[in-house]
Amino acid sequence: MLESYLRSRLKEKEILLMTHIVLGYPTFEDAFRIIESMVEAGVDLIELQIPFSEPIADGPVILHANQKSLAGGATVQKCIDFAQKVTETFDIPFLFMSYYNILFKYGIDRFAAAMARSDLYGAIVPDLPPEEGQDFLEAMQNKRLAPIFIFSPTTPDERMKYLASFGKGFIYCVARKGVTGVDTDFSKQLEKYLARCRKATDLPLALGFGVKEKADVEFLIGKVDIAVIGSQTIRLVDKEGVGVIGEFIKSLR
Amino acid sequence: MKDRGYYEGFGGAYLPEILIATFDELVETFQQAKSDPGFWQEYTDIMSTYSCRPTPLTFAENLTRRFGGARIYIKREDLNHTGAHKANNVMGQGLLVKRMGKTRVIAETGAGQHGVATATMAAKFGFKCTIYMGEVDVRRQRPNVFWMERLGAEVITVREGTRILKDAINESFRDWVTNMDTTHYVLGTACGPHPFPEMVSFFQSIIGKEAREQILEKEWSLPSRIYACVGGGSNALGIFKAFLDDPVELVGVEAAGKGLATGHHAARLSSEDASVGVAQGYKTYFLQDNDGQMKETHSVAAGLDYVGVSPILSHLKETGRIRFEATTDQEVVDALSLTIQKEGLIPALESAHAFAQAFKEASALSKKDIILINQSGRGDKDIFTVADAFADPKWQEFIKEKAEEYHA
Repeated sequence: MLESYLRSRLKEKEILLMTHIVLGYPTFEDAFRIIESMVEAGVDLIELQIPFSEPIADGPVILHANQKSLAGGATVQKCIDFAQKVTETFDIPFLFMSYYNILFKYGIDRFAAAMARSDLYGAIVPDLPPEEGQDFLEAMQNKRLAPIFIFSPTTPDERMKYLASFGKGFIYCVARKGVTGVDTDFSKQLEKYLARCRKATDLPLALGFGVKEKADVEFLIGKVDIAVIGSQTIRLVDKEGVGVIGEFIKSLR
Repeated sequence: MKDRGYYEGFGGAYLPEILIATFDELVETFQQAKSDPGFWQEYTDIMSTYSCRPTPLTFAENLTRRFGGARIYIKREDLNHTGAHKANNVMGQGLLVKRMGKTRVIAETGAGQHGVATATMAAKFGFKCTIYMGEVDVRRQRPNVFWMERLGAEVITVREGTRILKDAINESFRDWVTNMDTTHYVLGTACGPHPFPEMVSFFQSIIGKEAREQILEKEWSLPSRIYACVGGGSNALGIFKAFLDDPVELVGVEAAGKGLATGHHAARLSSEDASVGVAQGYKTYFLQDNDGQMKETHSVAAGLDYVGVSPILSHLKETGRIRFEATTDQEVVDALSLTIQKEGLIPALESAHAFAQAFKEASALSKKDIILINQSGRGDKDIFTVADAFADPKWQEFIKEKAEEYHA
């Protein structure tokens, strides 16, 4: 379902844009306005991060957004209700992104059912390798939702194939070592890694970590199908407010 | 990774993809070392020349008389180099770092003992060293920060989250996902993703191996009970492991902080406030809310002030093999005071939790019973906290004078 949507969009565009927001940051009202301007500016899909107190794979920008959202009273239920409102309002696919404990404590089956009810397309759970994710994979399959798996530059070819065998929708390729929100060197080396990713799977590829301007997106055309913009929009909201997001997204391609 | 380090549902390796290859390498290196008989010999050699192993077992004659019940023995992990059991784990992991050919180590620290131990190991083996420590802990354990920096380590103050041990662990992982090619993360306790719980308790098991021999040699019989404090659980597992198959009651003592009823505590296995969850790469009991967000913890002892607990201990709690209790900050300070006065021993505030629980129970046991307390560390690092707890006027005067000196 997600994959076929992406493929039809790819017939019209050279590269798709996926953006990321932390739910409840700066507030739920602002998050809604941010999503609105992202959709208007032509974003193709959006990941909605449910905040967690220990976001181990995130750098300072997203970490602080998680902490502030929780301090502002965000709960998992509020995030799910908000997601439902968002999918009812906007006509692009939305994914959840969160750490495994959020799903585990909510109940995996219950979480998947809530996702399906809210018309979400899938979920990215960065601390859940497939070896630990049997319950998650079953629940997602039962509800026809896409579990998104991650490739990294340290992932051997063999393991890429293994991961891709569980993935649906697309594969999220992490551009480099490190956490989110740090610069990436868009270079020959990245090109070689992406060629490895492409060889390992037929699923569409997304590239995230360090994408923040038009040149980065242009570099990725022809190498991946989706460019992911994460920390940069949070940085802009922090510095210049919600109003500049639409312009920023339009400037990317 | 084939064996994912499960203890009846607790444990596992919930890792971001970027670290999988690093863990595969670590598991392989550890398994090779474990099955190499020369390795344990190399380990015990270094612990007997660089640290003070075997550490003695001290008969606490005055405390025994005072309580009039069981005969009280104390395992002296405080006599290790750097003053705590932390040296056991750190030197073991240091040998693995050499085998892996890495050149830099990082570590989290709460009380600062693990940080100091790691910094000494790095100095000895010639590794670069970075220590992450929560801002709250930097303030309450300043002397250890001083020594880490003298030892050549870079100490990074963590201002995220609750600014204590768990947040220092998160920051260490963030460093590791960037620098894993050169860097090993010397996790300080038997928590975190597989193989850390197994590996750390493997190195710490030297405590119980010695203690079991020592008590049999002295008393010709096994102890009735063994007490150890439980933060992450490494000193407890270290002393308990050798007695798991013996008819010995094992008692893990957690931090009841200001009292279990107040919510300001760090009791995961002895209170109803914790539930099973997955964070920091492993599944165990965590002090968390219904959404799975980690709660703030409290203990007078920085080293026990942690939201999670070893998955091996969670498992042994559920099987009933280990009994878990908790003692309050006040009980701990009282027990520390008594131990200082009666035995001339200065346990760390962490270790004093085990003493406090043993003191509650010693009188009810018979004179034939033996109890063993693990003094996991020495208390002089706690001088600021203990001086505050005792409201020592002469110390306060000294600090004021010292401050004035620096102004001059």
